[in-house]
Amino acid sequence: MALLDVRDLTVEFPTRRGLLRAIDNVSFSIETGEILGVVGESGAGKSLTGASIIGLLDPPGRIVGGQILLDGKRIDNLSPERMRAVRGKQIGAIFQDPLTTLDPLASIGSQLTETIQTHLRLSDREARERAIKWLEEVGIPGARARIDAYPHEFSGGMRQRVVIALALCAEPRLVVADEPTTALDVSIQAQIIELLKRLAREHGMSVMLITHDMGVIAETADRVAVMYAGRIVEIGPVMDVVRHPKHPYSEGLMGSIPSLEHRVERLRQIDGAMPRLNAIPVGCPYNPRCPKVFDRCRVERPNLLDAGATQSACWLYDKVPAHV
Amino acid sequence: MSITRPTREKGALARFFDSDFFYAYRRSPIAIVSSLIAAICLFGALLAPWIAPHNPFDLASLNLLDSFKPPAFMAEGERAYPLGTDDQGRDMLSGIMYGARISLEVGILSVALALVVGVSLGLLAGYLGGTVDAVLMRMADVQLTFPSILIALLVDGIARALLPRELHEALELYVLVFAIGIALWPQFARTVRGSTLVERGREYVMAARVIGLSSPRIMLSHILPNVLGPVLVIATINLGQAIIAEATLSFLGVGLPPTQPSLGTLIRIGNDFLFSGEWWITVFPGIGLAVMVLAINLLGDWLRDALNPRLR
Amino acid sequence: MSDVLEAAHVSRYFDVSKPWLQRVLTGGRRAVLRAVDDVSFAIPKATTLSLVGESGCGKSTVARLAVGLYEPTAGSIRFEGQPLSAARAQASLRRRMNMIFQDPYASLNPRWRVRDIVAEPLRAFKILNSPREITARVGELLTQVGLSPADGEKFPHEFSGGQRQRVSIARALSSTPDFLVCDEPTSALDVSVQAQILNLMRDLQQRLGLTYLFISHNLAVVRHMSDRLGVMYLGRIVEIGPGEDVFRTPRHPYTRLLLDAIPDLEMVGKPRTPVGGEVPSPLAPPPGCPFHPRCPLANDRCRVERPDYTVARDTLVACHAVEEGRS
Repeated sequence: MALLDVRDLTVEFPTRRGLLRAIDNVSFSIETGEILGVVGESGAGKSLTGASIIGLLDPPGRIVGGQILLDGKRIDNLSPERMRAVRGKQIGAIFQDPLTTLDPLASIGSQLTETIQTHLRLSDREARERAIKWLEEVGIPGARARIDAYPHEFSGGMRQRVVIALALCAEPRLVVADEPTTALDVSIQAQIIELLKRLAREHGMSVMLITHDMGVIAETADRVAVMYAGRIVEIGPVMDVVRHPKHPYSEGLMGSIPSLEHRVERLRQIDGAMPRLNAIPVGCPYNPRCPKVFDRCRVERPNLLDAGATQSACWLYDKVPAHV
Repeated sequence: MSITRPTREKGALARFFDSDFFYAYRRSPIAIVSSLIAAICLFGALLAPWIAPHNPFDLASLNLLDSFKPPAFMAEGERAYPLGTDDQGRDMLSGIMYGARISLEVGILSVALALVVGVSLGLLAGYLGGTVDAVLMRMADVQLTFPSILIALLVDGIARALLPRELHEALELYVLVFAIGIALWPQFARTVRGSTLVERGREYVMAARVIGLSSPRIMLSHILPNVLGPVLVIATINLGQAIIAEATLSFLGVGLPPTQPSLGTLIRIGNDFLFSGEWWITVFPGIGLAVMVLAINLLGDWLRDALNPRLR
Repeated sequence: MSDVLEAAHVSRYFDVSKPWLQRVLTGGRRAVLRAVDDVSFAIPKATTLSLVGESGCGKSTVARLAVGLYEPTAGSIRFEGQPLSAARAQASLRRRMNMIFQDPYASLNPRWRVRDIVAEPLRAFKILNSPREITARVGELLTQVGLSPADGEKFPHEFSGGQRQRVSIARALSSTPDFLVCDEPTSALDVSVQAQILNLMRDLQQRLGLTYLFISHNLAVVRHMSDRLGVMYLGRIVEIGPGEDVFRTPRHPYTRLLLDAIPDLEMVGKPRTPVGGEVPSPLAPPPGCPFHPRCPLANDRCRVERPDYTVARDTLVACHAVEEGRS
């Protein structure tokens, strides 16, 4: 059984101009020890999906349909207190900006031991030892000497390590990492990616890695879900999605990334922009930009269909002809 | 090529009614009630010469026999004087309307003065920085350490000492405007300076500098329109303060003379009769002043909240 | 001679000291940030020079120096053979340079209609005077960047990020410049939109013969755009040469680290060993070669002596190891 199972998740935002459906029927699962990458452009709904799972959806947004199951138990309908207990103990969260996650007025040691003691029954000394162990684990040199330092005494890369230690110190089974390296320089980013991969491997953690950077996903994830206009348009093993994308959007996305390896005269480009949430086209949301569009795409909405090694929400892969 | 919804061309008025700002207004009872009251006060004051039942300045129509009439709802009251009359036989309601007119005039003019001075100096300090900024802001700091009423008293005192008596009486309104306006400028200057510092670092200002636009032109056409939001809020809140300041000065006897009574003057005159039983002469102008200032202040507070999260 | 922009030993320092009173009270000293330190380069006509580096390396300061937003603390910049400050004093030369910024949300005045934003340089330089000519030219410019003339009536907030960046480009082109400084023009955009903008910029370069100074932290984008490439670290250019040479045979250890650190689609499943350490504070740069604390090739000489440029084919490299043949 999968560790995390998201079924038909739908999230809406009531606004004064009507309901906006930000996530529409999203289903996926993450196995134990697996890293699932979630990629998409800004506004595709990837961060909202992550926020729904950790129960930190900003009001007025709310889950209006579907279920989220962790280890077979529903977590989408828990009370805020119960959800707080799940968060930290079973699900850890890492966000883009380490400064907003850390309390500037408390030493990192006290933040770590507090988190550890909230979720695990340990004495002060045991919790402190565990905190030092985690700081060493995430690669902070001289952890024992620096445990009583404050967040501002660390550099950006080191702060993100502290945030990771904070997310992992109660040994959750799932980590939701939302753009964990976006605010960092490339050389630091490479270090953090390595760290996440190693920790997932050694501790058997599952990771949901949300980022707009396809390169990061390609190097880190086992499987990848491509999101567009609040829906998953393609999901499958990372190698297949990167090398042989099936959905025309994934294809365009991969082609538009400039490569380090070779130089091309022109980049593949997808014309236009992702539709706003209040103007999502009927049928397939990608149809106005799609080079392979045909009549059915403008009328009927495709669900995920088997397309070789991946699943793709595209009528090109419908083996049963449309019954008119 | 774009898939965004084609927006129809809309007029400025239609855009306003469709804006988030108007939406927030429609959903706030406080904003609606306070703006209604403020509007009633404004119109009552502006249109006083046409809608007031009597003209309190028309000496010919005054009759001392009409003095000290209680309000109409009391036993000895008369329908012609709904809020009673004062010691000169002037109708209180008309007096309040004319008084509010003068109070508002002083308030609006002094806030306008403070706004022009404060916004200009704030823009200069924020955009030019360095010594200009240091000098202007220390001036503002020094002035803010004195209560504004003290500064107004000081200015008024100097004017009294310098100007001959008749000239002073004739110019009293402008002396008041100057005294109150000068006391209020630092707030505008500091806010505008802060916003200017933010805007100056933004890329659209740099883009204007790259093509070599002059500093005055950048300040006026680029920065000024983007820092006016908070200025509007401060102006509204300060309008209440300025009216109170004028009333205080007039109540203390250094403000407007009884020949052109503002609300503060009316309250002072009525104060002499408070303990002899003619309470209405001071209470009604007091209520009028309180309601007007409260409505303006509530409106200002609401404006601040409504504009803050989106614009700043 | 055919260099549009030429920078010789340019430095720019910023005084980042605490206010005087605070320094006196707390005993702090004056602090000087050497944002750009002895940087030289030249950009031949109709080519692109890219500067790449991590945050705080001084690349954006170079961009602002190149259009005269900052004065150099030392060294000289020449535009079309004239000192930059003299060139900027003449409207006829000033209109031939412009700049595109990173953040398409901040680089357009939110209170102005797009037509006025695009027309601002036309009016500022008095290139066109009659309203009808201006309207026609603005429509032409908007069409050139892939928008429609009717978009001129809208306000910036009605556009998506990519469309706003197109407006910025239309504005930058309106005074028919031949030199454009592009400061991270696509780093705030999504990849598919980034591709649109990069393609547009390449097309415009070919069609109008533009010269670009292109600033970015994204090496893949830089590779796509540049003829020549400079790699910056702590205010200095550590390696500069023809783009393809630098990418194929990176010589400076920092260039190699950067190329190695970037996650790439081709790297699926491949393990690698990231280099440790972080960029030191530019307020207290290390002595000698600024990269020595992170450099795998550093020796005692690197810790004391600042390396000069070594010529390797067409590339200049500031590294003792390269000079001594240790790399």
